[in-house]
Amino acid sequence: MAHYVPHTPDEIREMLQVLGMVSLEDLYSDIPESCRLKRPLKLEKGITEIETLNFFKKLAAKNKTVDDCICFLGAGAYDHIIPAAIDHLLLRGDFFTAYTPYQAEVSQGTLQAIYEFQSLISSLAGLDQANASLYEGGSAIVEACLMASRKTRRKKILVADTVNPDYLRVVRSICETSGLEIVAVKTKSGKASLEDFVPSLDSTVAAVVLQYPNFYGQVEKIKDFADKAKEAGTLTIISANPIALAMLEAPGHMGADIVVGEGQPLGINLSFGGPYLGYIAATKHLLRQMPGRIAGKTVDVDGKTGYVLTLQAREQHIRRERAGSNICSNQALMALNATIYMTLMGKHGLKEVANQCFQKAHYLYNELKKQGKVTLPCSQAFFHEFVAVIPNAAKVMEQMLEKGFFAGVLLEEFNPALKDHVLIAVTEKRTKEELDLYVKTLGGILK
Amino acid sequence: MTEPLIFELSNDERISYQIPALDVPAIAPEEVIDSAYLRKELNMPVLSERDTVMHFTRLSRLNYSVDSGFYPLGSCTMKYNPKINEDIARLPGFARVHPKQPAATIQGIMEVHKLLSDSLAELTAMDAMTLQPAAGAQGELTGLLVMAAYHKKKGNTHKNKIIIPDSGHGTNPASVSMAGFEVLNVESDEDGCVDMEKLKKVIGPEVAGIMLTNPNTLGLFEKHAKELSETLHSVDALLYYDGANFNAIMGWARPGDMGFDIVHLNVHKTLSTPHGGGGPGAGPVGVKAHLAEFLPVPRIKEENGKLAFSSSDKLSLGSVVASNGNFLVLLKALAYIVQNGGDGLKHSSACAVLNANYMMEKLKAYYHLPYDRLCKHEFVITSENLADYGVKTLDVAKRLLDYGFHAPTVYFPLIVPEAMMIEPTETETRGTLDSFIEAMIKIAEEAKTNPDLLKEAPHNTPVRRLDETTAARKPDINWYKRPE
Repeated sequence: MAHYVPHTPDEIREMLQVLGMVSLEDLYSDIPESCRLKRPLKLEKGITEIETLNFFKKLAAKNKTVDDCICFLGAGAYDHIIPAAIDHLLLRGDFFTAYTPYQAEVSQGTLQAIYEFQSLISSLAGLDQANASLYEGGSAIVEACLMASRKTRRKKILVADTVNPDYLRVVRSICETSGLEIVAVKTKSGKASLEDFVPSLDSTVAAVVLQYPNFYGQVEKIKDFADKAKEAGTLTIISANPIALAMLEAPGHMGADIVVGEGQPLGINLSFGGPYLGYIAATKHLLRQMPGRIAGKTVDVDGKTGYVLTLQAREQHIRRERAGSNICSNQALMALNATIYMTLMGKHGLKEVANQCFQKAHYLYNELKKQGKVTLPCSQAFFHEFVAVIPNAAKVMEQMLEKGFFAGVLLEEFNPALKDHVLIAVTEKRTKEELDLYVKTLGGILK
Repeated sequence: MTEPLIFELSNDERISYQIPALDVPAIAPEEVIDSAYLRKELNMPVLSERDTVMHFTRLSRLNYSVDSGFYPLGSCTMKYNPKINEDIARLPGFARVHPKQPAATIQGIMEVHKLLSDSLAELTAMDAMTLQPAAGAQGELTGLLVMAAYHKKKGNTHKNKIIIPDSGHGTNPASVSMAGFEVLNVESDEDGCVDMEKLKKVIGPEVAGIMLTNPNTLGLFEKHAKELSETLHSVDALLYYDGANFNAIMGWARPGDMGFDIVHLNVHKTLSTPHGGGGPGAGPVGVKAHLAEFLPVPRIKEENGKLAFSSSDKLSLGSVVASNGNFLVLLKALAYIVQNGGDGLKHSSACAVLNANYMMEKLKAYYHLPYDRLCKHEFVITSENLADYGVKTLDVAKRLLDYGFHAPTVYFPLIVPEAMMIEPTETETRGTLDSFIEAMIKIAEEAKTNPDLLKEAPHNTPVRRLDETTAARKPDINWYKRPE
């Protein structure tokens, strides 16, 4: 059932007649016999809208959600409060059914929203400019590494092993095939130390990459690294949680040249990992190396303010194989989602979200410490995520799940050396009652 | 009227966010975090919810969209985006699931992955799929990384070149460079297909593969597809099928049957997921069995009747995004497949081709048609016949905006000067096509009688032609750091 094909049988007949044809088959006479499919597709028969909805409701019911269980999962995606107005605006067909704004005259809504997004991201990052967005946090680091390599004409990238391992895997997969050398620098006690970097940090290094706060929640001393990198003519790339940047000093103010990150915390649904939002901001010296779309403000022939995609000479459709990146879309709707979120929360709201994340995470940390049943191996210089060592963690996590908790991410899945290490994230959404219940339930299991 | 920016609407005191008050005892952040690392200043606007909603609603009204009108943008497949798909993507059992939840709590999600993978494999005649790539361009990159992994395993270190016909997609060459290969361009013949003679001349041991867009960007089916696969395979090169134009052939022909090893699809084109103003999309990649071991991890595996994500493949190329892909986008693609069924998809493709050929036939008396043969989902015409009046393709495109239509893709493919690439899709009625045709004919007349009308177009859009030169020369791309 081709539900969305409006043609009547008469129309099909008449249109074929215009072409001197009698059947739809005739439209495929240019495809050689040897290339044709001569049987029906082995797919189920089509169904109606209500049947489709019911089909998916059944599948959805087989999953548990962060509304069913109290969520302490993080590791790159966080369960924040999302204002209701966002989805109502995203669902406006004029936004979600538009294409990339190639015809600027009839795409001013998308273009102006991109300009606003770029400004907000630049401000959060403390840098001169941002682009219209990238796919997500992992591939955003790839683009930053490629940018740094183009700028410095060097091929080596030093990445702290406190960067999210999921991101590091993406960086390795793409950059190494692209011809870059990725060196993961081993760190101690969940935090990068300058001493570990210094021996490798020489004039062959294009960039150092750190995460802020890092994968284990710790606030890295990024300024020390940026200062040292500068001495070697090396760029500093920081992957930052944008919510944390409402509380932590902007990487751009601490010497970072490129700031990237995962924008999901900015009001984007968890959605089992996507669609999310990559962002990238950089100093003005790197403008010509930026990948992807950039919207700029200008005027029309009547002098009226308007917006266009600009600096397109950087991009794949013009430069072809000499382009720095193959990216030709962005995550426009997710960038809009984040822009609306930041606008609704405003300066004060973002600071409040960041502060509550910080306060509640530290409250939980301190309560667990007081209880004394788990070990807390990392320093207290964390934002909203920390590591706990829990005896028989895998089993305990299962028991916590039975009691209604997504109690944390098992780090053993990323690194076999981290057996029984659990990464616990706390957002502003968690209440004191939920935090206390977590401690009590965990204490009960570990008695 | 110009819509102000959020920064211009801001009032620092107009606080309207709603977060419950902090209910745990607070500590001073500087007790645990070096105060040099605590933020001193944060520039952000402050708006009421009402003003925010009004602002973004007004912005939306400045956009053209599929919901509001005909969008014949070639190579973009701007078909109708079914509304039920949005409802399905908003079911909490999908939208409110954390990517790191235990396997037992995401069995339904894994079923979605499996169902979609199986359906796409059937549509393309491939054996294994990855749903990870976040967009078509990332699908291309993934396919090329698969090629790189394959040649690495076989010790084919001398293979460093990828053939790209000049009628291929614009992103192909950049993807090739990004994957560390070099581009070998091959020209088209007078029929608009890959020139087999020229191709055979560049075939050599250093060729790692080919990327073929089929139907190509002229909207023509590459009739040598099968012969290509034999030629390339004879030198152990792999064939990549750029399926961005797959909407033309669903159920009629399959890349795997043509001898191709790798294919990507753009679900936001072929499978009706919305474009969102430029994303998010998804670009699943399918491969033949002998390449499955190179696909990105994690992959869905079945263990004791339960589905699980596994990262155990030793030869995997790794990952191209941190998660398992743009799940909600993929979900909408599956919803479209399930609702249409095999017959529905096949009929959809046929009607997309019907619409394109109908328009081509009706327009060829008024515009130059460089390749006058059966087209697939799209066709290319040019304004060459209007050049004597000083009218360019850009002028025709801009004038179409005045008539309430979106413009076709212009100046692409590069091999046709003054190209207009028109793709109507199957979801448009003949009535819509006829009004567009009528507008195009009228514009061709205006070009002769009043060319300035075109050269100064558009006249009644929210803004008129914009000064792109100044925008590029003196970039104003950040409100907080505007040029003097």
